[in-house]
Amino acid sequence: MTLRPPVPWAPLLIAEDHCKGCELCVAACPKAVLALDRGRVNLLGYHPIRLTDPAACTSCAFCARVCPDAVFIVWAAPREAGR
Amino acid sequence: MTLHTPGSATPATAAARLIYHKPDVLLDRSTHYCPGCGHGIVHRLLAEVLTELDLPAHTIAVAPVGCAVFAYDYLNVDFVEAPHGRAPAVATGIRRVRPEAFVLTYQGDGDLAAIGTAEIVHAAARGERITAIFVNNGIYGMTGGQMAPTTLLGQRTTSSPNGRDAALMGYPIRITEMLAQLPGVAYAARGTVADVPAIGRLKAMIKRACQIQLNSGGFAIVEALSNCPVGWGMTPLQSLEHLKGPVVDAYPLGVIVDRGLGADTHPAAGTACPAPSHPEA
Amino acid sequence: MKTEREIGVGDGRTEAELEAGRRSRVLMKGNEAIAEAAIQAGCDAYFGYPITPQAELLEWMARRMLELGRVFVQAESELGAINMALGAAATGARVMVSSSSPGISLMAEAMSYMAGSGTPMVLVNIMRAGPGLGGIGPSQSDYFQATKGHGHGDYRVPVLAPASIGEAMELLASSFEMAERYRTPVMLVADGILGQAMEPVDLRFRTPERHAFDWALTGAAGRPARIIKSIDLDPEVLEKRNLDLQHKYREIARHEVRWEAWQLDDAEFAIVAYGTAARVARTAITRARERGIKVGLFRPITLWPFPERELARLSRRLGGILTVELSSGQMVEDVRLAVEGRCPVAFHGRMGGLVPTPDEVLGALKALSGHHAHTPPPRVRGYEATELFEPDYPAHSGARRGGRR
Repeated sequence: MTLRPPVPWAPLLIAEDHCKGCELCVAACPKAVLALDRGRVNLLGYHPIRLTDPAACTSCAFCARVCPDAVFIVWAAPREAGR
Repeated sequence: MTLHTPGSATPATAAARLIYHKPDVLLDRSTHYCPGCGHGIVHRLLAEVLTELDLPAHTIAVAPVGCAVFAYDYLNVDFVEAPHGRAPAVATGIRRVRPEAFVLTYQGDGDLAAIGTAEIVHAAARGERITAIFVNNGIYGMTGGQMAPTTLLGQRTTSSPNGRDAALMGYPIRITEMLAQLPGVAYAARGTVADVPAIGRLKAMIKRACQIQLNSGGFAIVEALSNCPVGWGMTPLQSLEHLKGPVVDAYPLGVIVDRGLGADTHPAAGTACPAPSHPEA
Repeated sequence: MKTEREIGVGDGRTEAELEAGRRSRVLMKGNEAIAEAAIQAGCDAYFGYPITPQAELLEWMARRMLELGRVFVQAESELGAINMALGAAATGARVMVSSSSPGISLMAEAMSYMAGSGTPMVLVNIMRAGPGLGGIGPSQSDYFQATKGHGHGDYRVPVLAPASIGEAMELLASSFEMAERYRTPVMLVADGILGQAMEPVDLRFRTPERHAFDWALTGAAGRPARIIKSIDLDPEVLEKRNLDLQHKYREIARHEVRWEAWQLDDAEFAIVAYGTAARVARTAITRARERGIKVGLFRPITLWPFPERELARLSRRLGGILTVELSSGQMVEDVRLAVEGRCPVAFHGRMGGLVPTPDEVLGALKALSGHHAHTPPPRVRGYEATELFEPDYPAHSGARRGGRR
């Protein structure tokens, strides 16, 4: 499976329609860049998760590790590869 | 097909490094589990471990009766449905006639510690070469939140509306400690899904339990303390706090027994989350 | 000395075959012969639990299966054993479990699951007297359990009932065949007498052919994953599954009915009996014929599917049918359903582990046929046998009023 990062670039690809708005990722994110998009509702009827500040995301993937619905695919931009 | 949020506009780069994606053996569909339910986390960890150990093509898994009755809809391996509690016996039958298969059971606390107590004790006593994943959330979720053998004292459930009273309903069972006494049990450990570090440690336990089977060590069981937000009457985040507090007080974390059977010949590797090193695992 | 045909051995074989068989005869205990027949039929795995009167079957398996490098597990209970069988059978292995009545009760749940999911295996019930813990004497009181219910839900299992050890050995092979051909659990019911008795048996066994199964769980290498389950929460899907099962049962009923007709060509009366009761009936029939009663034996071999059509046809030319069972009367209900009132249907049975004697059966036959010879009730402690049966029946047998056609 070839996975490509989002265009325009963002470190997260979110499977919105699998999100159940549980907010486990919101609590897990060390940079506090995840929040429910309370202005929208997905196909399951929940407010889906949204990356509020892609530039501040460090691609730590804590969100992916805690998500019960595996909605996150995580990339790191090349400038972060050395960290 | 699912929608994606591209985020704000920064230059696209083809040299981006893929940090995490879910393994293919975890099927790309919405689950019926409640928001924030730990089953989703454990399914994902299992999928990662099976992938890292190159096991999906050899796996025959046994599904329980409970919230995870539809586990076979989410994990893309051969599955048989077992009657309530009988998974360890069903797994024994599979293991005995298919020595080359990788056999695992996935059970909740009602399935394993109530109706299935005889089956798990005797599969463990026989040292059956199977890996048992035991998801303990201290409640009967699927049937509407009734008391389980692992429900905490004082906990309100739909069948203990005034809170679990030891005099009438007995005490919670630490079944994994009971099993750990049996010589046939090569590995018994307890972890939790309460936060990211705990999830990492739990994954290492699941991996060790699978490796034990591959190295013919004997019976291996991992108890994953999990949550039931709806049954507990809490939000998902509150339920994880509850898990870190009273639940872990009642069910101590760590490796309960590791008899060191079977050499560890499968190094942790793979494209998904690398297992963090942990002294006990 | 009775011939093979009279004791039910060598069903359908030629004289030459029977002669060859006589030379390879060995005295074997029923339980052990059944076990060896299963082994020779290719049984890959046996799971069991000790219970009287079939412990010898388990013990034979314990020794022989390990000798052959096959799978044997003495489970923690009958519940464990049948569920181990469910797992092993799901992988396509040829699997057998044996038990006796109280243990069979524990297996109802898994049998329902296997019927619903289409998982083939063979379950042998060496019946003993119940209900509850009961006794260890022979019985046929699990007829309802085997043919009408056992587990929950709308399903059937084929039920085969041998009347001799040799027949049990042949039917074991047929049981595996039927189970795999139709993807269903199959029951073979015998009783404590067949299990414990020793009889001369042909050491000729049959190994049914092996087929590849496109449903078996073997690890999803290079193919889509397979799921063996019986749950369908969508009622329309579940109804479809049930309709498929019913279609399967109709096919089985169309092709797999077995029965034996003995001395029925000129018969005016018939005894319907299976298993050990049929053997007693044969002796009674011989004695009745000596006394001028023209009676024959109709012996169902498949209790399900029940040979109702053949029995219905037979009942048109009979003056009466006597059903003999080691029970309070279970198969007699199916006999009455098949006969549909064309002739009187009487019943004679014993319970508690007792076996009707040929003279008891003869007495019931005489009552049915209108001969008024007095047959004293059997000597039993403390009560008359007549109390066991319906009080308005003559002597100690039941006879339906309604006249002949």
